[in-house]
Amino acid sequence: MSAAGAPVIEASGLTKRYGRFTAVDGIDLAVNKGEVFGLLGPNGSGKTTTILLLLGLTEPSAGTIRVLGLDPLRKPLSVKRRVGYLPDQIGFYDHLSAEENLAYSARLAGLASAEANRRISEALARVRLSDVRGKRVAAFSRGMRQRLGLAEVLAKGSEIAILDEPTSGLDPQSTHELLELIRELAADGVTIVLSSHLLSMMQSLCDRVALFSRGRIGLIGKVADLTADVLGGTHVVEVEADGIDLATALKEAPHIAAVTPLKAGRWRVDADADVRADIARRVVQAGGALSGMTIRQSSLDEVYARFFEGEDHDQAA
Amino acid sequence: MTRQREGSPFAGLSTVALKEAADHMNSARIHLVMLLVILTAIGSVYAAIGQIKATIGEDQFLFLRLFTTAQQPLPSFVSFLGFLIPLVAIALGFDAINGEYSRRTLSRVLSQPIYRDALLTGKFLGGLIVIAICLLTLWLLVTGLGILSLGLPPGGEEIARGLAFLFASFVYAGVWLAVAMAFSTLVKSPATSALCALTLWLIFTVFWPMLTPLVAGAVAPVDLLDPMTAVHQIAVEQGLSRISPNVLYGEATLALLNPATRSLGLLFPSQLSGALMGAPLPLSASLGLVWPQIAGMIAALIVLFTIAYVSFQRQEIRA
Repeated sequence: MSAAGAPVIEASGLTKRYGRFTAVDGIDLAVNKGEVFGLLGPNGSGKTTTILLLLGLTEPSAGTIRVLGLDPLRKPLSVKRRVGYLPDQIGFYDHLSAEENLAYSARLAGLASAEANRRISEALARVRLSDVRGKRVAAFSRGMRQRLGLAEVLAKGSEIAILDEPTSGLDPQSTHELLELIRELAADGVTIVLSSHLLSMMQSLCDRVALFSRGRIGLIGKVADLTADVLGGTHVVEVEADGIDLATALKEAPHIAAVTPLKAGRWRVDADADVRADIARRVVQAGGALSGMTIRQSSLDEVYARFFEGEDHDQAA
Repeated sequence: MTRQREGSPFAGLSTVALKEAADHMNSARIHLVMLLVILTAIGSVYAAIGQIKATIGEDQFLFLRLFTTAQQPLPSFVSFLGFLIPLVAIALGFDAINGEYSRRTLSRVLSQPIYRDALLTGKFLGGLIVIAICLLTLWLLVTGLGILSLGLPPGGEEIARGLAFLFASFVYAGVWLAVAMAFSTLVKSPATSALCALTLWLIFTVFWPMLTPLVAGAVAPVDLLDPMTAVHQIAVEQGLSRISPNVLYGEATLALLNPATRSLGLLFPSQLSGALMGAPLPLSASLGLVWPQIAGMIAALIVLFTIAYVSFQRQEIRA
């Protein structure tokens, strides 16, 4: 993950209404240069609409957006020239080859023929599709199509890459390959806005994430900060002990946010530091017998599950 | 608040148009439709040549007869074109926009630095390029067949009239291409939009000629004591029938390819006073005669394209 610079995407009070349904409801957002920024949320929570607003493909009902310092509505061509987009379930012209598809996009982007050919060759090599460059896309697997989409973003020389559910429907091997490519893209300093349901992937890739719910951003920040805010701690310790009530034993202990009984003689402790030594000492002091203890970092899955507890999985109107 | 858009709305237009034209030229769908058109055209022209050789000794516009002469059971070349051009145009345009949605290519294409204007107009132009190439090829084929069979080159006015006919056919095809494209933006499914366009084509080809006398009879009944009511009914019927582009095209080709045609509407004996019956009109007079028909088809084309344009501009891009 790269160090973040000045904001390249800024949205303020961004709203999009479709009739009486509000898809995006007054969101404020800032994505910094070189950052990998994740958009999380159930289906219909406003992620894709936000992406379309950033690209100028749909007009906001209210609010302002700046992408690379430009208004996507007033300067859509300049924005689209510098921003690459990999849509969810990307489509290509099946009767054309991989190379012809990219060449068409390059011509639309206004690239000169020689420059376009060079960039396309480089991009195809990078996504490991050079050997099938002349094959019709109809024969491509879903994973190959997603890689070809990434090649289009690369060939364009995008400063910002917006990837909407890039791993949706891919098998594990294809997902792994695509994630490696996204990491390479991030290492090159490209700002990445990533929407996905793969929370472990988002946790490992993203510098910051925004949790969308019903068109609003419920939470935004680094994963560690979110786990602290939502779960009360960044670490989860599972303790097995006999002869004590752990909640009472840890009542005065520092760094501990919550003690939750799981079953008889077993507890989950949320803490904002590694508190295993302190727990062990207090269990012994209370006269208990410690039989086991494991620690792990709080995951984005837990944050997500806790944040969306009791909400509909699909939020579309 | 007015918003000035950046750059040209037609940036990327030629790229889209040439890609669309190339796609059509390589598609099996167009190959099949064009094969049908060419075979029927050759058949009708071949039959016309036989008829011309058998019946006409001397004619100032022998070449134009190639287009208009019919020999049972085959209709004339012009009749075939009037019937088949809409099919070619519908085949070119029925999935222009909704096909992009169903292939999920639309958002990817529109994320390139182009406006929707360029995409829609480019697709329309791409279709027109293919139609122009097909019609020109067909026209040259018929002319070549005529020269070979009749042993005579066409005269200057015949070529000029032939080119005017080519232009009228091009505009007529443009109307049907605009119909197909309008349905492709209004209807989500390509199969449904094809069906809608074909239904309209069937209505105008088969049912419209049956409907117009009935509607005219109901709207403007004839009073046996007032002969002008019969004139009024004919005028209403003609007005209604001219809603159909097929009728406009038929009238335009009639006047262009048959120079003796003096009127496309009602003609009273008093208006023919001093006229030499059967004498050909000069080309300029024939062009003046068909100008309303051509202008009507161009207007229909513009209206239909505008419907497609407005509909496409208002759509949400989520594919």
